[in-house]
Amino acid sequence: MESRSGRLAWLPHLILVAGLALVGFPIYVTFVGSTMTTPDILSGRMSLIPGGHFVENYLAALTQGMPQLSGVPVARLMANSLVMALSIALGKMLISFLSAYAIVFFRFPGRMVCFWMIFLTLMLPVEVRIVPTFQVTANLGLIDTYGGLAIPLIASATATLLFRQFFLTIPDELIEAARLDGAGPLRFLVDVLLPLSRTNLAALFVILFVYGWNQYLWPLLVTNTASMTTLVVGIKSMLTVDANTPWHLVMAMAILAMVPPAAVVLLMQRWFVKGLVDSEK
Amino acid sequence: MQRRVVFDGKLLPCLLVAPQLAVTLVFFFWPAAEAIYFSTQSQDAFGLSTVFVGFANFAAVFADPGYLHSFKVTALFSIAVTALAMLPALLLAVMADRVVRFAAVYKTALMLPYAVAPAIAGVLWLFLFAPGIGIVANALRWLGIDWNYLLNGDQALLLVIIVAAWKQLSYNFLFFLAGLQAIPKSLLEAAAIDGAGGLHRFRTIVLPLLSPTTFFLFVVDVVYAFFETFGVIHAVTGGGPSKATEILIYKVYYDGVVGLDLGGSSAQSVVLMVIVIALTAVQFRYVERKVHY
Repeated sequence: MESRSGRLAWLPHLILVAGLALVGFPIYVTFVGSTMTTPDILSGRMSLIPGGHFVENYLAALTQGMPQLSGVPVARLMANSLVMALSIALGKMLISFLSAYAIVFFRFPGRMVCFWMIFLTLMLPVEVRIVPTFQVTANLGLIDTYGGLAIPLIASATATLLFRQFFLTIPDELIEAARLDGAGPLRFLVDVLLPLSRTNLAALFVILFVYGWNQYLWPLLVTNTASMTTLVVGIKSMLTVDANTPWHLVMAMAILAMVPPAAVVLLMQRWFVKGLVDSEK
Repeated sequence: MQRRVVFDGKLLPCLLVAPQLAVTLVFFFWPAAEAIYFSTQSQDAFGLSTVFVGFANFAAVFADPGYLHSFKVTALFSIAVTALAMLPALLLAVMADRVVRFAAVYKTALMLPYAVAPAIAGVLWLFLFAPGIGIVANALRWLGIDWNYLLNGDQALLLVIIVAAWKQLSYNFLFFLAGLQAIPKSLLEAAAIDGAGGLHRFRTIVLPLLSPTTFFLFVVDVVYAFFETFGVIHAVTGGGPSKATEILIYKVYYDGVVGLDLGGSSAQSVVLMVIVIALTAVQFRYVERKVHY
């Protein structure tokens, strides 16, 4: 179109670069902070060029026990975050895949009741029913466990609806052919449906991993000991009210908390955008 | 919609649907029922006994000036976050739809905030704006602006709005871009041949065709501002100073977990549930109707 020939061809680039600056600036400054010492940061004239303490700060953050976290090092919090994110992502995918399969490919009594019960959960984020959900989890003895971190968040309808929509587009001929070849429903599930769903599974994995990794209120409530908490929650405990906040370590932790979800999004970008746009329709 | 060809069997599908149903019942329906139950109960000071009080908790919640204040803060917060997340995202998407060179670079970079947790986004901006520490805070001070969001409620609200909008920018950008790329180029070319200028084409063709996306994002952003920004508030301001940034979801947490007011917090939960259900219903009604343009 005309923008190619016009005199204003540079304008979109200018606006986009401004957008990039807006998005990138806070991340960049945080990275710079993570390569300095706290006195450098607090000097009032913090430089915008990375300092020389990169290796030292990240090593300290990952391996040293933090007094603010009862002596637990960040590596442990990262492991907790990873377990939580993976359990939520894979657990949601598994139970949603199975339930969507049952609802689409079978006729059984209570099928529509099941569908509507799952569909209703779409509406209520865990934040809304936080206190009672916490009580139920506490009654089940799941405080300070990986099960308590992950299982309550697995109940959600988004993935089920996405799979259902995809399953409805599978041609009938495929099922008939599978039947003629003597394949039962489980065989069909594993050998036909699972390979066909690869793209959807990948897309969903990105969204759910980011969702799981970035949880805040739930892990804050359901963990009492520092060794069971997640990285995203742990950072807040480092920001003490007094002047003793070790800013260089906090900044390193913030970067460490961003890297895994950002890596998953960037590496799986193609599926991610597809999944995001599909899952909301 | 239903399939014509299905498998036989009754037991297998029940087994397949059982895990999700079990999790849904235990962690969704049970807590939701408890919230409704506790919202009609009152506990004594020691938490030893509860009595049925009908709608008294709701009456108390709506008579509480703190709750009404929180409602106002939430309304202002969610409108500002939605506007601030949508307008720049639309501008950037229109520009990204136009460029050919570096298009992939822009798109990838603008995707990044999506991956950042709300609480971490809060920490990033806190590091820029913390009085006496952040470089932006120092620059503001140098310019003669008395910046201290720890004392000034308006500044605190402004800061959490910026953080929340920054995080949601990516999401809106990606949807606007997908929406723009779905508009048939032939329509725009036909309009260009008929002599419609760029701005005119945008207003009369692009914007109307984008309206389902816009409406969808509006609802999603409001829901986001209402419920998913807890991490931002908790990490940056803790609801303060003097409750200037206490949005509803933060108040539910604060009254229930910190204040241990089970009845009041449950009543607030029920009010929030009604709000989410209403928003979702509106979304489904409109999106279903308007998406087939």
